[in-house]
Formats: sequence, structure tokens, C-alpha cells
Amino acid sequence: MAETVIEVRGLRNQFGTHVVHDGLDLDVYRGEVLGVVGGSGTGKSVLLRTIAGLQAPAAGEVRMLGTDVYRAREAELQTLSERVGVMFQDGALFSSLSVVENVEVPLRAIPDLTAETREALARLKISLSGLPWNAGDKYPAELSGGMRKRAGLARALALDPEVVFLDEPTAGLDPIGAAAFDDLIRSLSRTMGLTVFLVTHDLDTLYATCDRIAVLAEKRVLVTGTIDSMLDVDHPWVQEYFRGPRARAARDAIAAHSARE
Amino acid sequence: MQEKPLMEHSARPVEGSFTIETEPDAARAVLVGTLGLHEFPDFHRALSEVAPDHGLVFDLSGTTQIDTSIAWAIATAQKARAEDGRRAEIVGASRDIGQILDTVTEALPAPEARAKAPGALIAILAGLGQQVVGVRLAMTEFSGVLGLFLSRLAQIIARPRAFRLTALTHHCETVGLQAVPIVSLMAFLIGVVLAFQGSAQLRQFGAEVFVVDLIAISILRELGILLTAIIVAGRTASAFTAAIGSMKMREEIDAMRTLGIDPGHALIVPRVLALILMLPILGLIANLAGLFGGALMSWIELGISPAMFMTRLVEGTDVANVFVGLVKAPVFALLIGVIGCQAGLAVGKTAESLGRMTSSAVVAAIFAVILADALFSIFFQQIGL
Repeated sequence: MAETVIEVRGLRNQFGTHVVHDGLDLDVYRGEVLGVVGGSGTGKSVLLRTIAGLQAPAAGEVRMLGTDVYRAREAELQTLSERVGVMFQDGALFSSLSVVENVEVPLRAIPDLTAETREALARLKISLSGLPWNAGDKYPAELSGGMRKRAGLARALALDPEVVFLDEPTAGLDPIGAAAFDDLIRSLSRTMGLTVFLVTHDLDTLYATCDRIAVLAEKRVLVTGTIDSMLDVDHPWVQEYFRGPRARAARDAIAAHSARE
Repeated sequence: MQEKPLMEHSARPVEGSFTIETEPDAARAVLVGTLGLHEFPDFHRALSEVAPDHGLVFDLSGTTQIDTSIAWAIATAQKARAEDGRRAEIVGASRDIGQILDTVTEALPAPEARAKAPGALIAILAGLGQQVVGVRLAMTEFSGVLGLFLSRLAQIIARPRAFRLTALTHHCETVGLQAVPIVSLMAFLIGVVLAFQGSAQLRQFGAEVFVVDLIAISILRELGILLTAIIVAGRTASAFTAAIGSMKMREEIDAMRTLGIDPGHALIVPRVLALILMLPILGLIANLAGLFGGALMSWIELGISPAMFMTRLVEGTDVANVFVGLVKAPVFALLIGVIGCQAGLAVGKTAESLGRMTSSAVVAAIFAVILADALFSIFFQQIGL
């Protein structure tokens, strides 16, 4: 059994009287890519934000890398934040800074790093995220949506975190860009031993990158397991999601892809 | 297998260390344990202290884990030596570490030539030139929006069905009615200040009673309408820019065009027209409030009774002053409204440009109002009003 990196117990989230999560349990293991799926309004992004420590839950416990995210002391959270990276949906880059400067922001927390090496490391992360050199000197407003996501990923990876949260990494990308992003996530998680928590609607991403799927429904994690095991889950939403025409197409594409290899 | 309790891996993994020994033919760097960003600065410094013509051997047999920064330091040192044909080897790397090293070596960014930055003088001149062009561009856009407004107004006269009465009423409320408290308070206080300062000066000559003329002429002719226009410029030009600019940002204006709705009719005419209708009324209210404030202060300070103030006001002040003041209002309103709308339409795709255009709209509107006021003064002087 691999080490548990994220442990969510009895989580409850609500906005006013609207309950989003109730008694939600979830485990994420080291080195895996976990894909979280669910219909619109099932609180996928809320779950991500809660685990990442951005939105306090009404009840329940979130432990990440052994630290209780909502009861830890300030200093512990500081250490934790160096070990965790978040990529927001549209990159959430600081618009007044160039891409290199954006990636340098987390690196500034490291003492004794000279300006040149900081920039060199930022450029390495930009290159690892699949962006060309000259993209580093541009401002977020000058980048396309796909490039902003990659730059956001570069910033999330700046400190070589152990856990990375990705919020809809392929939403709004063209199929070629989305496939390239899937490959990127896959290869980064393989080579760097990253644990990836990703929220997505994209069936191709699920098939191409995820080791395990967690389905959000009925205010909790309905089921977790490999994508093939999802076909056997007896729940109308899961059946419709994973047996629908789009899922079939994604499955066929993956089968064809692996046959070619 | 028993699961480990969570607490055990809560602390950072045991931190690693490194040693660099210089041997005759090559320096030998031995890395032990887990090395990451926190060890990186020292490691990088130590590596750079090894003479560049010296070979390097990295012994990673005791290394449990490295991160990309350490891998970067190893890869760049290796690459620099490989280019000179010197010895640079990695021994004893585990499969995982080898993978990271490969990934980083592959991704080593190749610098591209950056455009050379121009000199300071050139940069200043270029900045100045850009500003001049920017002003000219803004003037062109201003006349464009003004023309759009006038042509749409003409269309409405020919085809009244295109007119949006509901929008006009709504804007009249926000632009006019909601500005009444602030405008009248401001004018009241100006009247008070004028009476107070004027009386102090005029008392020296025993000409206290002329304070009425002072207040009446300055407020009716200049201050009432000018200060109202400045307040409205700050309040309304920014609101126009923000409203139209955020619609522009979210492509709502493009959506309107595709749906066959003319932004001139839908956005510009109601706003500018509301301002043209409301500013004279606000000016009149400001005049009354200013006179009231002045009369109150004169009564308290100089003992000029309200009745006497009234008589003096009617006898001593030409009604032309009121006319001279209020005739400026529609012109000011047109300037403020068109500048506000034009700045809104000039907003780009970023929130930053919205903020920049909003503040520049306020500055431009206030400047335009004061400039127009100066021109009016010269004009009235020449025709002898």
C-alpha cells in the first residue's frame, strides 16, 4: 500500500443552506494521478479549494502530507505550502509580472538564491512546462489560454512540490494542445514522482493520464477506482458518464493509441 | 503489511548533504540523502568554485532523491564541460534519479537572443512620441464617439422608435437625482466659504454689503456650474467608463453588434443625453444651494438679513450671470459624457486596462471641463456679457 498523501475525513461544505459535501472521505496516494469527476455543481472545484487550504470546511478534517490543513500553526502551513503547488483554471498569473517573474515569485522564499540562478531555475520550469524561451519574457495578457495554463503549471512546479492540484487543466484547449498537456502531466508525474490531484470534465484526460478516478455524486465521493472499473459501477450518473458516446470514443482512441505502440 | 501512521512522514524527509573533493584529474562530488532547493544554493556555489577546466564526477550512489534544481546544477555543469570536451560523468544514479536528470537535460532552456534594449535617451524620446501619438489617437476617438452620438441623435429624430426611453430615465436617475445630495452640499459649503472669506476682506473697506454681489456673481457665473461639472466628471465619467469598459471586456459590445443592436443607440445616446439633460438642473440646484449657504453665512457673520440679501441680490446682480453660467452646462455635459463613453470603448481585454482607462477618463473629463470654461470666459469677455 502506497503512502497516503492526502486524507479527507467527514468533510462537510455548505454555502448558506446549500450543502455541497456531506461526510466526504477521500484518500490520495503518493505518486498517483487522481482524477476527480462529477456533474456540474457537485463541488469538484470546491473540494480542490478545500483540500488546498483555500476554503475552510464547515466540518471534517483534511490532512495533507501529515499536516492538518485547517488546524496547523502558521509555520507548519508555510512549510506545507512549499511542498504543494496549485494550478488554477486560467493560470491565475500575476498580470503585472512577466511569466519568468511569475515563476520566480515562489522561488523568492528560498534564501541565498542569486537573481541569476533564480531566473535560470524559472526558465527551466518554463521549459519543463513546454513553453518556448521567449514566452518567459511575455506578460500574461500576451499569451494564449493554453500558454497561460502552462505558465500556471510552471509556477505551481517552481518549488518542486510533492503534490500538485490542477483545476480543469485542459478546459478550453484545442485537442492537440489538450493532448500535449495530458502527456506533460503524465511525464512530469512519472519522472518527478509528483502526486497529482486533478479536476476535469475531459474524458480524454481521464483516460490518458489518471491512475485512479474519484466520482463525486450525492455530496460525497461515490466511488474510487481505475477507469476500467468505473464501467461496472451501478449508478445511473456513472453509467451515463463512462458509457456515453464520448467516453466510448475516448476509450477507443486510447485503445488504438496503445495498439500502435 | 501494516500501514504506517500518518505522522511519520509529516516532517520533511531527512535532508541530504554533499562533499566536493578535488582530485588531480577531476573533482568528485558525492551527494548523500535527499537534496532539494534548500541545499541547492550551497551546492551550486560549490560547483561553480570548481575550476571550469577541471573534470567532474558526480557520485550519486548514496543519493535517495534529488529535485529539478539539483538536477539542473548537475546538468548545466555537465553540459558546459561536454562542450569543451572535458570529463563529466555521473555514476551510481538510481533509475528515478536518472529519469529526472534526463528530463531536465532534455528541457535545458536554450537562450534565444533578446531584442537589444534601446538607450535611455531613445527610450525617453520614444515614450514622448508614443504619448503624443496617444493624445492624437484619443482626440480622433473622441471626435469619432461625438460623431456617433450626433448621428444617432439625428436618426432618433427621423425615427423615434429607436429611442430608448427606459434607459434614458434610468441614467437620468443615476446621473442626476442621485448626485443631488453631494452637489448641493458642495455648493452650500462653497457659498459659506465665499461669504466668510469675502466678509473678512470687505470689512476692511466697510463694504460688507458687497459680499452679496461677490457671492452672487462668483457662484452664478462660475463656481456653481464649474464645480458641479467637476464633481459630475469624477462621479459619472468614471461610471460610464467602468460600465461600458466592462461590457467591452466581456465582449458584450461585440455580442450586441452581432445581434443587430447598435451600441450607439443602446449605450451612448441614453448616457450622454441623460447627462445633457441633468447637468443644467444640477447646476441650478448648486446655484441655489450656494446662494443659500452664502446668505446664511452673511446673516451670521455680517448681520445681513435674508430679506436684505434677497433685495440686494435682485437689484445688484444682472440675470445675465445666471444665463452665462447655465449655458455652459450642456457643453460640459457633452464633454464629460463623450469622454466617459470613449474611454469605455477604448478598454482592452484586461482588467488592468479598465482601471487605467477609468482614471484617465476622469482626468481627461475634468481637464476638458476646465479648458472649456476658460474658452467660455474669453468668449463672454469678447461679446461683453
